[in-house]
Amino acid sequence: MSDSMNREPMLEMFIFETFQLLDELEQSLINSEKESGFESSINEIFRIMHTIKGSSALMLFDNICGLAHSIEDLFFYLREKKPKNYDSSEITDIVLCGIDFIKNETSKLENGMEPDGDSLELINRIRKYLKTLKSMNEEGDSLENNSEPESQELNPSQNHFVNSNNVAVSSKSYKYEAVLKFEEDCEMENIRAFSVVHDLKEIADIIYCYPEEVMEGEGDCEVIRKEGFRVVFATDLGLNEVKDRLSHTLLLKSLDVYVINDDISTSTVNSMVQDKEGEEKSNVSGKVPEEIVLNDETENLKPDDSNKKDKNETGGKHNPAPNNSSPLGKQSVISVNISKLDRLMDIVGELVIAEAMVTQSPDLAGLQLDNFQKSARHLNKITNELQDVVMSIRMVPLSMTFQKMNRIVRDMGKKLNKTIDLEIIGEETEVDKNIIERISDPLIHLIRNSIDHGIEETSEREKKGKPPVGNLILEAKNAGGDVWIIVKDDGRGLDKEKILKKARENNLVHKPENELTDKEIYSFIFMPGFSTSDHVTEYSGRGVGMDIVTKNISMVGGTISVESAPDKGTAFFIKFPLTLAIINGMAVKTGKSIFTIPTISIKKSFRVKDEAIIEDEHGNEMIMVRGEAYPILRLHKFYNIKTDVTNLEEGIIVMIENDSRVICLFADQLLGEQQVVVKALPRYIKKVRGIGGCTLLGDGNISLILDIASLINIKEV
Amino acid sequence: MTKELENVTKIEEDTQKDKYLTFIIGKEVYGIEIKFVTEIIGIQQITEVPELPNYIKGIINLRGKIIPVMDIRLRFKKEAREYNDRTCIVVVEINDVFVGLIVDSVAEVVGISENDIVPPPDTSIGFNNRYIKGIGKIGEDVKLLIDCNMLLNDEECENLAMIS
Repeated sequence: MSDSMNREPMLEMFIFETFQLLDELEQSLINSEKESGFESSINEIFRIMHTIKGSSALMLFDNICGLAHSIEDLFFYLREKKPKNYDSSEITDIVLCGIDFIKNETSKLENGMEPDGDSLELINRIRKYLKTLKSMNEEGDSLENNSEPESQELNPSQNHFVNSNNVAVSSKSYKYEAVLKFEEDCEMENIRAFSVVHDLKEIADIIYCYPEEVMEGEGDCEVIRKEGFRVVFATDLGLNEVKDRLSHTLLLKSLDVYVINDDISTSTVNSMVQDKEGEEKSNVSGKVPEEIVLNDETENLKPDDSNKKDKNETGGKHNPAPNNSSPLGKQSVISVNISKLDRLMDIVGELVIAEAMVTQSPDLAGLQLDNFQKSARHLNKITNELQDVVMSIRMVPLSMTFQKMNRIVRDMGKKLNKTIDLEIIGEETEVDKNIIERISDPLIHLIRNSIDHGIEETSEREKKGKPPVGNLILEAKNAGGDVWIIVKDDGRGLDKEKILKKARENNLVHKPENELTDKEIYSFIFMPGFSTSDHVTEYSGRGVGMDIVTKNISMVGGTISVESAPDKGTAFFIKFPLTLAIINGMAVKTGKSIFTIPTISIKKSFRVKDEAIIEDEHGNEMIMVRGEAYPILRLHKFYNIKTDVTNLEEGIIVMIENDSRVICLFADQLLGEQQVVVKALPRYIKKVRGIGGCTLLGDGNISLILDIASLINIKEV
Repeated sequence: MTKELENVTKIEEDTQKDKYLTFIIGKEVYGIEIKFVTEIIGIQQITEVPELPNYIKGIINLRGKIIPVMDIRLRFKKEAREYNDRTCIVVVEINDVFVGLIVDSVAEVVGISENDIVPPPDTSIGFNNRYIKGIGKIGEDVKLLIDCNMLLNDEECENLAMIS
């Protein structure tokens, strides 16, 4: 029982990190394919594969580990031998297959199943490819005898190291370098280091240690704290015995032991690889003969350190394999359960209310309390800041989701023989975590549709005088208090006639056809089961996609619309209204009710002075502003609220705009602008027209947020 | 150990079984199963929400959580009454839906065993008892036991919401 309990958080971590690493890997693969070479990203790819291998081996997922290992082999070869004539796109294909496999297995784990997929076929494919690659480069002479994957990577240069190591071994003394880090705040690091040295002297000859003063029982504690204590020594004991002995040191935080070789002439790159291999082999030491471990060599720690630093900079992720734990490793990202964040947000909300209750307590009325006011202002500043931070925690940039689309574009473009350029704009736009999770599927569908139906084949494009490379734009932006995501292609556009015909067949047209606008016709494609495609392809044509898109989007309260022009292209606009996003809102008062209007929709607000008010035969009021008439919506009438302010001249007019349609709201007075978190109305209340949600005001009161788009729609209908 | 835990849960359930929180509306005493009740708070500032049935008074902010409040008086078609410092909001949770119930005042928690509960009289007599699922007897006293699900999920409510 205790075993499974220990495994749970580790498994969760494994799943989380593997997914993240795979996304990164996919990204760098596709990037390097575009550059048609792996030079720039090979270290990155290597690192990710290595990490996945290490952690999957630790979790005993042999199939993942094996696959990762073979991919690593492939890249090892690429990096070491730098073969000239390889097809980067073929390698990308193979590795992407591997990624898919690991992803699949990891999602099995996520759903509580066993990762039982068989990776042998893939591994064999990779090995076969590696072999052809090697024979193509005429360097595989010694390979025939080696069938084991581990030995495959022993290329001639490595054999050379093995020999030289054997010389070192024959002196019957191995050399090790150990890096020890002590617990923070343990104090007296120098003395502790000295005792380590003292202990080691019994079994080994100390060659060098850093800081050197430690030998005399002195040395700078700061240095040890920051960089760890480093000692190089020679002994007859094996790696594991040495590790075992050192790990008994008191208050030890981390311990790294490396085998050292005298051969210092090796290049930096090699030593890095060797070091990596060394680590990796001690990870999977069950499989590898001990001698190989000892034959691995590390010149010194520096290249390794820089490599690891590089990891942290590029990836920003912690290396999950505990055996690899780098002394310099810093964790800059943590994952937190969403429900904890929600709780935190609620508590901060309470704090703000409590603060208001204290500072605005009726007991203080009329008192002159300078010091109190000063402290209260300070407190107010801090709580405001706290609130801002807490609100921003939930917001996640769209970049991860957008970057995923690169893969889809690439795969589809290859299959369908179309060259497509994906342009990503505004990926830094932040949206609520909930939206991110829901947006991915609709986007995939839209992009597939655009590539399959929208963008033409290269020859067709050339005939039409378009650039041969199709252009697909994925854009995100904040506008009008909403988040917009736009998917735009420059393909053939939607076929109006075809859509209309299909719509007629399915009895979807309820209006005289000549009254239908283009927009209305295009909107038919969002109906369930609607497909104009005559044949079903692998990617689309069953008429299911758009339905899912619409459903998924409306689930997070969004809407989708489409614009298109023949041979110019099609653009899908996805809009997410006021969900959990933080908005700037203007609070207005009507009677006793307080409404919040998203500031971004407000054009202006003014008092009626001598503007002409027009009334039509239905009693609808209009106001003339600079020669234009705008309808007036009286909030108190609309919602039936009792108020004393019914005369237009006494209240305030707020002009709001959505989709370039403008109306004027009439309220009693403006209360002021503030940042608010949009909360959904309780489920029990269901939908109230014109209300998008509610929010807590600073004093704990609740304000209703107006949904401008629907208000304008209601007014116009 | 698991067994012990089970026992603990059982005991907890047992302590809640047959226990009712009683509250007063006008002259009658009503009872609600204690397992639904999460807390009792004093009357607070209520934010009105337009276009809701009149018995839904609006929403309140319960420590950052926004919950609707229902005036039981109006729900039972009794006359509205000014709220005073005896007025309470009983916060109940039914099927993950939080609702505050505004009552004249809260009385006590009593145990009523199943044997002492009789079904309500027939509707045909003209007794408006849609929300009453039973009548509990304690000595000479009678408590009307409320059917919480009915209270919240009555069709009437659905219809009203649809109209709005």
